[in-house]
Amino acid sequence: MGEFKVHRVRFFKYMPPAIRALTYNRRTERLALARADGALEIFNFADNYFQEKVIPGHDDWAIEALCWVDQRLFSAGFNGKIIEYDLENLRPKYIVEAYGGPIWTISSNSQETLLTVGCEDGTVKMFEILEEGIQFKRNFDRQKGRIISLSWHPSGTLIAAGMMDMIRIFDAKTGHATNRLLVERGVRESKSTEVVVWSIIFLSDHTIISGDSAGKVQVWDGLTGTLVKAHLVTKWDVLVLSVSKDESSLVAGTSEGTVIQFQFISTVGQQDKEWVRTRTFKNHSHDVRALAHTETAVVSGGMDTQLVVRPLLDKVEKNTQESALRKIVFPHRSLVHCARKAGLLLFQFPDHLEVWRVGESDGHGKPGDSLPVKRKPEKLFHLKRKGDDHIYSSALSPCGGWLAYSVVSDVRLYRLEYTNIRITKVSRLTKELCSASQLCFSSDSSKLFASSSHSSVVIFTLSQLKCKYFYTLKPSSGSGQPVHLLCASEDGKWLAAATTDCAIHVYNLHKLKLHCTVPVHRSCPTAIAIHPTTSNLVAVYADQQIFEYSLVQKEYTEWSRKLQKQGLHSLWLERDTPVTHISFSPKNPAHIFLHDMFMICIIDQSLPLPEAKAMFYNQMTLRSLPEPERIRHHHGFKICKNFKHLMCVSLLEDHSLVVVERPLLDIMSQLPAPVRQKKFAT
Amino acid sequence: MAALYEGYTLCGLVPCQTLPNSGIQGVEAERDSDHVVVTDSTRCVTLYKVSDQKPLGSWTVKQGQTLTCSTVYNSQNREYVAVSDTKVIRIWKEEDILLDKAFRATVSSNIWRVHSLPGWEPVFLFQKGAVRMLDSLLSAPQQPIEEVLAPEEAIWWSTNLVAESQQFVIFTTEQKGDHFLYLQRLNPNTLQRYRLEREEPGLSPLSFSASYRDKHIYLLYLYKNGHVYQSAVSVRNLGVDEGAPALPLPRSLLLSLPVGEGPLKAAFALVLDEAHVAVVGVPHPSAGAGKDFLCIWNTNFQTLQAGKEMAGKIYGQLWTYSNKLFVPHGKTLSVIPYECPKSCLASALGKLRQAKTDASVPSWNNILHGEKAQPSRAVETRKTRTSRKSQSAPNLTIDQVLELIETAPMQEVQKEVEGFLSRADIKDLQPSVGYLASSLVSRSVADPNFYTPSILVQLVHTQSLSCVLTFMPDIDAEKVSLEPDGVSFMETLFARERGQAGSQNGCSSKTKENRSDALGGGSAISKAEEEDKEKTSTLLEQSCPVGLHKAVLLNEVLMTACSDTFLLPHLKDLSSQHVVLFLEYLQFLYLKYSQDASPQMPGVRSPSLTQVMDWVCLLLDAHFTVLVMTPEAKGLLLNLHSFVKSQVRLVSELGKIEGSLQELSNMKRKEEVGEYSIEIIELL
Repeated sequence: MGEFKVHRVRFFKYMPPAIRALTYNRRTERLALARADGALEIFNFADNYFQEKVIPGHDDWAIEALCWVDQRLFSAGFNGKIIEYDLENLRPKYIVEAYGGPIWTISSNSQETLLTVGCEDGTVKMFEILEEGIQFKRNFDRQKGRIISLSWHPSGTLIAAGMMDMIRIFDAKTGHATNRLLVERGVRESKSTEVVVWSIIFLSDHTIISGDSAGKVQVWDGLTGTLVKAHLVTKWDVLVLSVSKDESSLVAGTSEGTVIQFQFISTVGQQDKEWVRTRTFKNHSHDVRALAHTETAVVSGGMDTQLVVRPLLDKVEKNTQESALRKIVFPHRSLVHCARKAGLLLFQFPDHLEVWRVGESDGHGKPGDSLPVKRKPEKLFHLKRKGDDHIYSSALSPCGGWLAYSVVSDVRLYRLEYTNIRITKVSRLTKELCSASQLCFSSDSSKLFASSSHSSVVIFTLSQLKCKYFYTLKPSSGSGQPVHLLCASEDGKWLAAATTDCAIHVYNLHKLKLHCTVPVHRSCPTAIAIHPTTSNLVAVYADQQIFEYSLVQKEYTEWSRKLQKQGLHSLWLERDTPVTHISFSPKNPAHIFLHDMFMICIIDQSLPLPEAKAMFYNQMTLRSLPEPERIRHHHGFKICKNFKHLMCVSLLEDHSLVVVERPLLDIMSQLPAPVRQKKFAT
Repeated sequence: MAALYEGYTLCGLVPCQTLPNSGIQGVEAERDSDHVVVTDSTRCVTLYKVSDQKPLGSWTVKQGQTLTCSTVYNSQNREYVAVSDTKVIRIWKEEDILLDKAFRATVSSNIWRVHSLPGWEPVFLFQKGAVRMLDSLLSAPQQPIEEVLAPEEAIWWSTNLVAESQQFVIFTTEQKGDHFLYLQRLNPNTLQRYRLEREEPGLSPLSFSASYRDKHIYLLYLYKNGHVYQSAVSVRNLGVDEGAPALPLPRSLLLSLPVGEGPLKAAFALVLDEAHVAVVGVPHPSAGAGKDFLCIWNTNFQTLQAGKEMAGKIYGQLWTYSNKLFVPHGKTLSVIPYECPKSCLASALGKLRQAKTDASVPSWNNILHGEKAQPSRAVETRKTRTSRKSQSAPNLTIDQVLELIETAPMQEVQKEVEGFLSRADIKDLQPSVGYLASSLVSRSVADPNFYTPSILVQLVHTQSLSCVLTFMPDIDAEKVSLEPDGVSFMETLFARERGQAGSQNGCSSKTKENRSDALGGGSAISKAEEEDKEKTSTLLEQSCPVGLHKAVLLNEVLMTACSDTFLLPHLKDLSSQHVVLFLEYLQFLYLKYSQDASPQMPGVRSPSLTQVMDWVCLLLDAHFTVLVMTPEAKGLLLNLHSFVKSQVRLVSELGKIEGSLQELSNMKRKEEVGEYSIEIIELL
């Protein structure tokens, strides 16, 4: 099939920020996640945990807490502001100042009419949720010391607030504190160290459960204000609590990186149910800062930046894909762009962009060899963004001459010169476009496509040092969902745009109108590409399905139908990371290059599909097999697992492969030291 | 010991029926040690990767044109330079496909050869002796070329080399039966002409080979009668006066090769290093008269070091690049890797020889006493020289001193040698010291009353000797150790031998301690050894079989670097009692080491386990048949056998887990991936 020269790149120093807050919307099965840099991510748990939307961060936003109200998402943070997000245009809808100093927590009542925030100055502020925004309603009695955590009683009449050294219960109607629960200080520390009630949960049976900095999970009777039971679970802090919807299971996250489950069950010989510590999960190396208890799983995240979905084995069927532990480390969108013709790489960071040129080697070698590097890769540009908004999307033209990036309020275009390294800003595009969720250049670098609001795509023409607005493409029936994938064909005729509501619109760029819409699949596309010679659109979806759609005939191709008829191989479907890039081999049009986080797959359309019993062997393993046995394992899905933790795989024009890896160990080594734990014999 | 390894074929030959040559004009080094350019005798140049035995490229001139000399590689520009039809220079690169489209320039005079060295500009040698650099020639191809040689003079052979960071073109010519050597230095250009001494009338040299070392250019040439001569020309004192008459070139007979039946026809002698010469086309001394052999001779000892029969006709051509010999023979061009490790004895003694003749070293006397010297003849010359001495010179030459040592009484020897040593310049002394030492030693071995420790010490202090032990095998603990002086002398020897490294890490102080113990007649060897001994004696009920003095000296002997090849014949001289004693002592050491986990205490000098093992093997090799027949050695041998067997079992068990251990180290290596690498993957 052939040899490839592979540029194995590990100098993309991508560092995901720590996870600060999680909130799960049971109705829509969406998980909202806030990171330390203020970025917000929305995962669709109904669609293979696909990261549907990303709202870039901002220097001043330090989100401490998140709250779903129906399908609306609110956040609050140390900047003292409450933000509601526009999930269609991926930007804050409005920002409300709470005037209470930094906000520690946000919570809504179960009727979803009222929103409360806990502030540094000791006030709990209540806001009314209106159609168009929120309106301040009242302050509760001001307390000494900050309000760290809040929890509404499901009836909506009482609110429990976790503070320093105590828990207060407020009457939601009057705003007066009705009860005070003193929390015992830690045994280890001196008595002068205050104990922080990091998290609190008010159950419908008036039980209050608190997690504190002394390492205790305590169960209180909210009516009498008495301590029912204290569980010392860690030497360090219990940072976060989350309860299941039926209030039968509760999880606590600690600084040790453990998640401890409690269940409300009756023990042997007793009639009454009580909260019993049942399980301990250790999937994190650092603080667990955020937890969400879904119907079937515990979702946790923290300082170690990974989102872990840990299914509860009593809620799911064993040995199915659903019961497998999932770790989501890398974003499901591309932070690396490869200029195929120029051999350049664009790395997107929240606050800057880097353009690198890959190295060179003139050696020849056997498969498996490393070649001597004649010219080392070099960093050509380091472009810092302007303003406080974090970079949202970026693109590098195939020739390497144009660079565009977008923040929430602005899209900027630059001209790059390589002979004497120079970067020139091209006139602002703000007039026609204030933000673009996706940017893309045509293959001849003469056009810039930018996805805009209401799923529309704005076209600009580029010439020398000028950029002119050209046209706006609109889908016939826009749902308003943002475009998350954009792809132009090699011949400049087609443009495909995928939106988060699973639609793929294909535009004819010659006629400047919508050509067709690919039949909507139940899952969201994770990667799309148009074949350079056959003009077939290849789309891979979050449920790992692959479709090939002929743009000329406006129907699925023969190969795609065959694939659907036979069904994808179970080993393919069991993978838990989405395919994020598709590229095609200029040498062999039957080859499709795909990759997810752990492997590169080359689909050879000329070969038969794998049978159900066939195995997906790594190419290196296959090489070691004798020839006849190798032929037995021949099929159209060729897997290469030599490279791991892939951020991008792309074919350059000289037929060499660029593989951008970000080893997890490198990310781990960048993290601060975890809390010290006594290990055996240390 | 030099060795020829298994060869392989680089390419086939198409020999011309009419010509005696092989069809190859030349083999030249290319970009690295693994690439060569082969020029055949007609039209074709081929680039080979030697280790792959495959051609990487080939270029041919048009029908009707011929390449008239070997094509060279210009490493500066990565170009090939060839000459066709003696006047047309062609230059091309590897990526050029057609030679006819490549650059060419026609010069005004016939070119003999083009020479190139890596990193240097190619040089053209014209048939009339003129020399031009490539660039200056290309700047004006039609420039007039002077005639250096006389009208009937013709170049026979040429080469170039770099000496003292200057490039030299060396060529030999023939004029009416006389042979001349020309040394052409480039930048600044000087030309020196030498006349080669005539061999028997009608005999002309078969081959030449030049090399550079120690500020001298050495020319090695082989005559049809099998004589290999060497002449040295100092690079420093090259005369500048042009037009001076040719200087006579002194020569020395280096080798007298067996020629078999009739004179040699096609043969070639090539210098490999200062001590080794590769010869092709000369019969193997022990394999009849066939001349199709490739041999490596050691010139210092005149020994045949390695030989290999080459099938088919030998053409008298030989090239060497990076430890590979290229030999055309029959219908193939073979590549034969070789190795010429330095023998320590040879490097120590120069081409020094021992008084005793040895069966394995032919014609010692030849080198020692001149060409045809037989012992009787040597006496004769001595007489004449002694008489001459008595007449005139009070200052003796080295030869005279050597003669004195053989016969004169001890006091006189002492006086004369001391006198000689004080007179001579240390640098000139270098070769003589070896002579003196070996003569003194052989005399003292032969004559029990003759012993001159002070002179020996003085000789050792000249720092011109090394590996002394190898030529004094008989002086172990026997004679020297009986006197306190002896110990100190031996110690000086060993300390020298050990070199600076030994004395730096504080070993010598320990030796002193050892010695003072020994001299004081103390009851113990040294504390450490004593303890060791106690341990072993309790464990094995075995005590050190030799006395203290001998143990100290034997230890030093064991620790001295030595070469099996030269030691083995001398070990054979030991009597069986001595061998048994020596073996017992070695066994004692061996057992001691095997039981003690850390026998090598810091600061204590003692032989290493491998050294002990080497000596055991050597002794057994030398005396096995005798020992088997000796009843008192039986127990010792059985002990050794059983012990070694148990050790072998241990090692074989270790060998079994070796694979798993290796796997472990393999696994670790995989993880080393830097920030960037270019790799090759293959998809099947």
